[in-house]
Amino acid sequence: MAKFSRRGVVKGAAGLAGAAAFGFPQIWIKNSGLARAAGGEIKVGVLYSLTGTTAIIETSLNQATLMAIEEINAAGGVNGRKLVPVVEDPASDPATFAEKARKLVIGEKCVSVFGSYTSASRKAVLPIFERYHNLYWYPTLYEGRECSMNVIYTGAVPNQQQRDFVPWLVKNFGKRFYLIGSNYIYPKEENNVCKILLQKLGGEVVGEEYVPLGHSEFSSVIEKFKNTKPNVIFSTVVGDSVVALHRQYKAAGLDPAKMPMASLTTSEEEVRAMGGEFAFGHFTSAPYFMSYESPENAKFVAAIQSKYGKNAVTNFVSEPAYFQVHLFAQAAAKLAGSDLTPPTIREAAWGQEYKAPEGLVKIDGQNSHTYLWPKIGEAQMNGQFKIIEQSKEWVEPDPYWAYPGQVCTPKGMVEKKA
Amino acid sequence: MTDIFNQVFSGLSIASILLLISLGLAIIYGTVGVINLAHGEFVMLGAYAVWFLEDHFGLGLFPCIVLAFFAVGTLGWVVERLIIRRLYGRVLDTILATWGLGVILQQAIRLSAGAELRYVQMPPGLSAAVHFAGVDVSAYRLFVLALTAILLAVTYVLIFRTRFGMRLRGVVQNPEIARCFGVNTSQIYALTFAYGAGLAGIAGALVSPLKSVSPDMGTGYVVDAFMVVVVGGVQSLLGTVASAGIIGELSGGLAYLSNDTIAKAIVFLGVVVLIRFRPQGLFALRVRRG
Repeated sequence: MAKFSRRGVVKGAAGLAGAAAFGFPQIWIKNSGLARAAGGEIKVGVLYSLTGTTAIIETSLNQATLMAIEEINAAGGVNGRKLVPVVEDPASDPATFAEKARKLVIGEKCVSVFGSYTSASRKAVLPIFERYHNLYWYPTLYEGRECSMNVIYTGAVPNQQQRDFVPWLVKNFGKRFYLIGSNYIYPKEENNVCKILLQKLGGEVVGEEYVPLGHSEFSSVIEKFKNTKPNVIFSTVVGDSVVALHRQYKAAGLDPAKMPMASLTTSEEEVRAMGGEFAFGHFTSAPYFMSYESPENAKFVAAIQSKYGKNAVTNFVSEPAYFQVHLFAQAAAKLAGSDLTPPTIREAAWGQEYKAPEGLVKIDGQNSHTYLWPKIGEAQMNGQFKIIEQSKEWVEPDPYWAYPGQVCTPKGMVEKKA
Repeated sequence: MTDIFNQVFSGLSIASILLLISLGLAIIYGTVGVINLAHGEFVMLGAYAVWFLEDHFGLGLFPCIVLAFFAVGTLGWVVERLIIRRLYGRVLDTILATWGLGVILQQAIRLSAGAELRYVQMPPGLSAAVHFAGVDVSAYRLFVLALTAILLAVTYVLIFRTRFGMRLRGVVQNPEIARCFGVNTSQIYALTFAYGAGLAGIAGALVSPLKSVSPDMGTGYVVDAFMVVVVGGVQSLLGTVASAGIIGELSGGLAYLSNDTIAKAIVFLGVVVLIRFRPQGLFALRVRRG
């Protein structure tokens, strides 16, 4: 509610200023005229946890989203209409996510909501967006195998992170892979894709193992690394386990030059927590690294740091959280004010392109996922990644890559007849 | 052969960390008779003490270990004076009170130090592996093993070879009679609680470079620590050592043969079965409780 009263104060002030300049006595009439002349505003929801277990990463998503909204408003808004963010804190809890989503969709009547980091929270809000035909913009890389008519997915799916990565690893290090992940859906789906790619390349999986979430004792796992001697340790371990794994790997005397860890989940955030000396020489595949050199990224990093402090970092989730708001604004700008509804925004979003920090991205008109630019980064002592390889072209998203016969269409997932 | 040696060492290393974490709990549980659910948070505070001292004062790990002992020990003393002493003989209430304390400590750290994972440096001299009996073993894990042995020896001497220890054993056997002989039981309880908390602080300081430092790191450790203490038998130092050894080697070995998820499940199952048939643990001492 504070938002509305603040707006009222601002307008009141504007009206007063106008009255003073032109000498109109009836400032309140003038003020209401101004409100109509503004042509209304566009309400959008911002649903990232500001408290709870995933608050740190989600706060960076919240900040990137709000920054993008400010940029759009500073440039005149969408066809002259300002974006008004309605921020809710779902507290890292899927049930609260659902409750807040309901509020944003039904109560606030937002035309779109930007939100979620974990798949669990996305799954929790999906029924609401589907039931009320609203639109959810999801920025995180995830396991794919989902095709909702009410979500725009701007993070990477497995085929985008792995298509170039696995062949590159095989070529540079060898064909024997050890797959290690945290025990939940994301690592298992990623490993399905990895195994198919390896099979095509004549590679071999010498071990596949999942550790409990939050696991921090890796001595047995490292024992198995030593015995099976893989060429590559393919890691989809998440959270604080990443830190423990890297530290114990080095402490046990293993050498990244001979047996590097290749990760889909280790970002600048994790590297900072473990220390550059433990991350050094390991690889990550992602569409975005903070160190990527492009005019758009220089601008993005500078803007984040001037707004949130010089130690603020950007990562491969905060970047999509930022560019998806611009994609939304472009889609909304194509529509007349009266047509601004979630289903029309979705149709208008298809095929939208935007020059993002990572490169030119595009929303696919079939599966509502995003064309991205996968890169391979090598972790450095200073906590940043050195970009070793980058894709020559944008890579098409295919959320059902590992499941031939299933394809994501604008009407949802359909089984292809063989 | 080297495989077996490697595996034994890795089990031993797991055991040493388990022992380190459960030693303080065993002492508090065994002597003061309090089920301290905030023990994991004491471990967490030890880790944060290292992070804070390293980050703000540039101290190395070794002075930090000593300071973590005194800092968390002092906190333990205060907690005993303010909360625990009012709840002696009310086991259920102490569970609730210490659990609540744990929640408060966790959130206090989250609010003050932030929720993100924190970086603690591993001493450069210990961050590599050393060649030992034909295999590469982590120098830092060896260091943890050695320090655990030292702490165990110190604790043994403290309990069985000092006047304080004699009074402590007296209080454990029969507080009323001990009081009749002029032993200040209230002071003994407070110091014992503080010592147990201090040991948790050291445990936190020692695991912080090997694992990760976050506000909720204690939750996992308190479960491990209770498992060790319950299996070993309350009030038995030897039992705690043996049980840490068995559980460490067992979970290491099972994790090697299958994986960590299965290993954890089997170990827990084993503990449940054991408690069903031997609720007093493996090495229970026969003592009268006052």
